[in-house]
Amino acid sequence: MQVTSRFKRYNKKAVIITLLMLLTFVASQSVIANEEKAASGKFNAGEMIIEHISDAHEWHIMTFGETHVSIPLPVILFYDGKLSTFCSSKFHHGKETYNGFKIAEEGIHKGKIVHVSKDVNGQEAEDTKLPLDFSITKTVLSLFFGVFLMGFIFLSISKSYRKRGVAAPKGLQSLLEPIIIFVRDDIAKSSIGEKKYQKYLPFLLTVFFFIFLNNLIGLIPFFPGGVNLTGNIAITLTLAVFTFLITTFSGNRAYWVHIVNAPGVPWWLKIPIPLMPIVELVGVFTKPFVLMVRLFANITAGHIIALGFVSLIFIFGEMKPALGYGVSVVSIIFYVFMGLLELLVAFIQAYVFTLLSALYFGMAIEEHHKEEHH
Amino acid sequence: MGLVTPDFGLIFWMTLSFGILLYILAKFAWKPILATLHEREQSIEDALNQADKAREEMLALKSDNEELLRQAKEERSAILKDARIIRDNIIEESKTKANQEYHRILEAAKESIHYEKMAAITELKNQIATLSIDIAEKILKEELSDKERQKKHIDNMMDNISFN
Repeated sequence: MQVTSRFKRYNKKAVIITLLMLLTFVASQSVIANEEKAASGKFNAGEMIIEHISDAHEWHIMTFGETHVSIPLPVILFYDGKLSTFCSSKFHHGKETYNGFKIAEEGIHKGKIVHVSKDVNGQEAEDTKLPLDFSITKTVLSLFFGVFLMGFIFLSISKSYRKRGVAAPKGLQSLLEPIIIFVRDDIAKSSIGEKKYQKYLPFLLTVFFFIFLNNLIGLIPFFPGGVNLTGNIAITLTLAVFTFLITTFSGNRAYWVHIVNAPGVPWWLKIPIPLMPIVELVGVFTKPFVLMVRLFANITAGHIIALGFVSLIFIFGEMKPALGYGVSVVSIIFYVFMGLLELLVAFIQAYVFTLLSALYFGMAIEEHHKEEHH
Repeated sequence: MGLVTPDFGLIFWMTLSFGILLYILAKFAWKPILATLHEREQSIEDALNQADKAREEMLALKSDNEELLRQAKEERSAILKDARIIRDNIIEESKTKANQEYHRILEAAKESIHYEKMAAITELKNQIATLSIDIAEKILKEELSDKERQKKHIDNMMDNISFN
């Protein structure tokens, strides 16, 4: 009797939470779409999606009618050896030129800050030379947020580890400990080996939690979250470069010998045309390249699909409002489904990136190569 | 901004903040966390090992106790056996001694009886001799007091003797 009532109470709670979540999804996504409509008159799903997964110089929160609510972010530019810093609100949502700088609306540099100069006719023209852009953009701010959150979480659990010693974990500690142990035992220890895994463990743990946490933050549809951080190619490129540098610098003799003279391969593949060495050398670079592309593509695709489902509501809503409401039910169901799938993807991508990094480190420090071709 | 063209600024900030994060976490978070995890695993392993050891020790102690008990029992039975032997010996010895004493006393008694008997017999003999002499004297006196009869008797005897 008591058990059923307790179950009912939880059930009710779950229903309320789900409804609230749905409401916030709809609310947040609808303001996104409204803004698009306001800007160009007609709703353009592709443009809206691309804008939301790309970087920006302001953090757009919502739009009421014609009023944009957004956080202006600092712009830091180097141009012609000169440093110029100003607030991105000077661009007035990308509509105006400030100090000779503006956000390109068209062309290959679309969305980036370009320098404009007046030609003889008094017409503004974009310069081909781009300023070096160190601005704190939306992605950079989100990155800082993620980094601070991660630092806060792990320094606080580190404190509780120091305080509690060998006692059983408690609170946040007990939530994260199984994941830390999973990374240590199933990723680092099994791929790198019992002897040397400890050297690489801090990097692997940091990468794992960085990707995992930022993937999760990216799934939150409103303010501090929602930025396509781990789906930004610059971010994944940097992570992959870290892996590449660590792999290359920890490569031992056997690793380089394997690249130059791969064992178990017929000699005519190496002499006179060094086919295998070329393939192996390319492989050294394709490994981190694939890491970069996989994470970027997976997370970006997840964001695109989720935004696509929301866009459907507005595409149909433009045809007929009633149709929009009808489609919204289906769209939200798919959106929630995608959200759940993305939760899984958030973990899997963090796992895959970390596991492959660990495998590359393992290959680089392996003492005796087996007589087989990788 | 292009989706697949990495921005320099973003790479810069990412390298900087990820580097700092990596450094700070490696130094202040992962090191103590991993050390504590290792320590905890070690302590659990130690505790398990110690429990195993304690169990083994207890088993050893138990078998030791059993051994001690067994030895004690053996000793007890040995002591009992010895005691029994000693008791039997003592009884046997005392029996033998008693027997010997008995025989000795018996012999002595017999001897003394013999002597007493001999002495009694001797005395009896002496007395009988004395009595006999007395009786004989009296008889003789009696016999010799009747002269007539004596004459007749001698005559009788003289008659029987022939002088050839």
